[in-house]
Amino acid sequence: MRKLAEWQLALPLALAFISIFLAPLLLLVGVSFFNDDKISQPGFGQWIKFFGDPFSYKVIADTMLLGVKTVAATILVGYPLALVYLDASPRVQRVLIFIIVLPLLLSVVVRTFAWIVVLGREGVINQLLMSLGIISEPLKLLQTELGLVISLTQIEMPLMLLPLISVMSRLDPNLRDASAALGASRWRTLFTVIVPLSMPGLVAGCLLVFASSTTAFISQTVIGGVRLIYLPLLIWQQSLVVFNWPFAAVISISLLVSVLTVVSALSWFGRKSGGYVHG
Amino acid sequence: MGRRRSLGDISYMIVVWTLAVLALLILVAPVVIVLTTSFTEGRSLKFPPTGFSLQWYEALFDASKSRQIHRAVGNSLEVAAWSTAFGVLLGSMAALGIARNRHRLARVADGFFLSPLVLPGLTFGLAALMYFTLIGFRPSLNLIIAGHMIVTVPFILRTTTASLSQLDPALNDCSQSLGASWLYTLRRVTLPLIAPGILAGAFLAFMASIDNVPVSLFLSTARTDMLPIRMWGMMESTLDPRIAAVSGVLITAAFLLMLVMEWTVGLTRRMRD
Repeated sequence: MRKLAEWQLALPLALAFISIFLAPLLLLVGVSFFNDDKISQPGFGQWIKFFGDPFSYKVIADTMLLGVKTVAATILVGYPLALVYLDASPRVQRVLIFIIVLPLLLSVVVRTFAWIVVLGREGVINQLLMSLGIISEPLKLLQTELGLVISLTQIEMPLMLLPLISVMSRLDPNLRDASAALGASRWRTLFTVIVPLSMPGLVAGCLLVFASSTTAFISQTVIGGVRLIYLPLLIWQQSLVVFNWPFAAVISISLLVSVLTVVSALSWFGRKSGGYVHG
Repeated sequence: MGRRRSLGDISYMIVVWTLAVLALLILVAPVVIVLTTSFTEGRSLKFPPTGFSLQWYEALFDASKSRQIHRAVGNSLEVAAWSTAFGVLLGSMAALGIARNRHRLARVADGFFLSPLVLPGLTFGLAALMYFTLIGFRPSLNLIIAGHMIVTVPFILRTTTASLSQLDPALNDCSQSLGASWLYTLRRVTLPLIAPGILAGAFLAFMASIDNVPVSLFLSTARTDMLPIRMWGMMESTLDPRIAAVSGVLITAAFLLMLVMEWTVGLTRRMRD
């Protein structure tokens, strides 16, 4: 037993990953270079078809924009919540973290369904606004991008808050006191001390929220409806409705590459800002 | 401190608290609303609900009317149990093997094992469907178990690696210099100390499998229906009110499970680190 090097313990998982993770992904790339849906004629036809169509660029841009809007919305309401968490007593912190983690353990489908009840024509928001006399006709919130971004804000917020809180609670509280003692206002302390120091957590949160919201198939199709088209819907249509696997492969590689490009740009930025803070 | 609050500080408090309360409202309100709506007496899902009844729960638990939903629940539980079991076995072994290894290859392997967390699940789901079909496998729960294991094992790796890194290496050296074998040290020293980490990871992996959409979407068929896919079907065409009851059950289950995990392994503390 002593002869066994410790690293060899990782071999079974490595084998599993190579045979059911890496191999399928390589195959996906291979399949994308076939012109026909029978996968018999090799060629670049599907790539030319996808990138020759202006519609594709619009869908890619819409998908990335949806991610950016969701990230912005989760920062707008999530960051203040993290600040409140930071100042709260340990008892309140326990309750807050429970509230933040619970949605994460609820099925995405349940959270999506919840927003149908909230945003629908007879939903909570419309009922409330109409009874207050603010509007006379129900607002159309389902099947709009606004409704989708609102829903994704709740669905993805825990992914923003967890890394943010993890980094923020390691900040030295003396730094904030020092900033206040030196006469800085709370706004100034926020933007010159807390935000730069929490940057690694903020970047990690943005990364997770972006990757998750751009690929949130169920929320996008159920709340966005069929008229708002994002890459996941195209992949689903092409692979499971039209059965054009090579074309679906091209779209899903495009999704993968666009998401990973943004994600690696973000994490590069995160490492850079992290280095700036500590060094 | 006797410093008077300036206008700027007051505006800071107002802005931060308003947005934080909005965040809490967005997080909690939909869950409460769905729970309340599931007890409606009416035929449609309106809020506030009209009257109180358990009709949708009765319809949901009716074995003949909701047979498809019950089968989907059974499949989802079976897949989650097996994929978590395999994940715990392979994942904790891998963590023991490479978590404390500083070699460059070990870091690469670690990144490789965690990559399903950022890789779009749909891309992997589609790739797995093509791969399994082209090598001639027929759709089955086993394939879904394999797919779920890949996308949920990172949770187990992460929490196990975190507990291993908090472990004092001196404990290992002590045990071995006192003559204990590597295996005995593992069994009597290391494993008991990292068990809560493995358990927390297993819980997260199990929940992620129950919740998984992208892999199940491509690998499940009518016979191997999975709960989230069935629920998606219940929302897509006409809204089936039983989905409110399903949601009610899932919300209650998640709430209770989380309380249990919080008491036993301190789940939220592990998720913050």
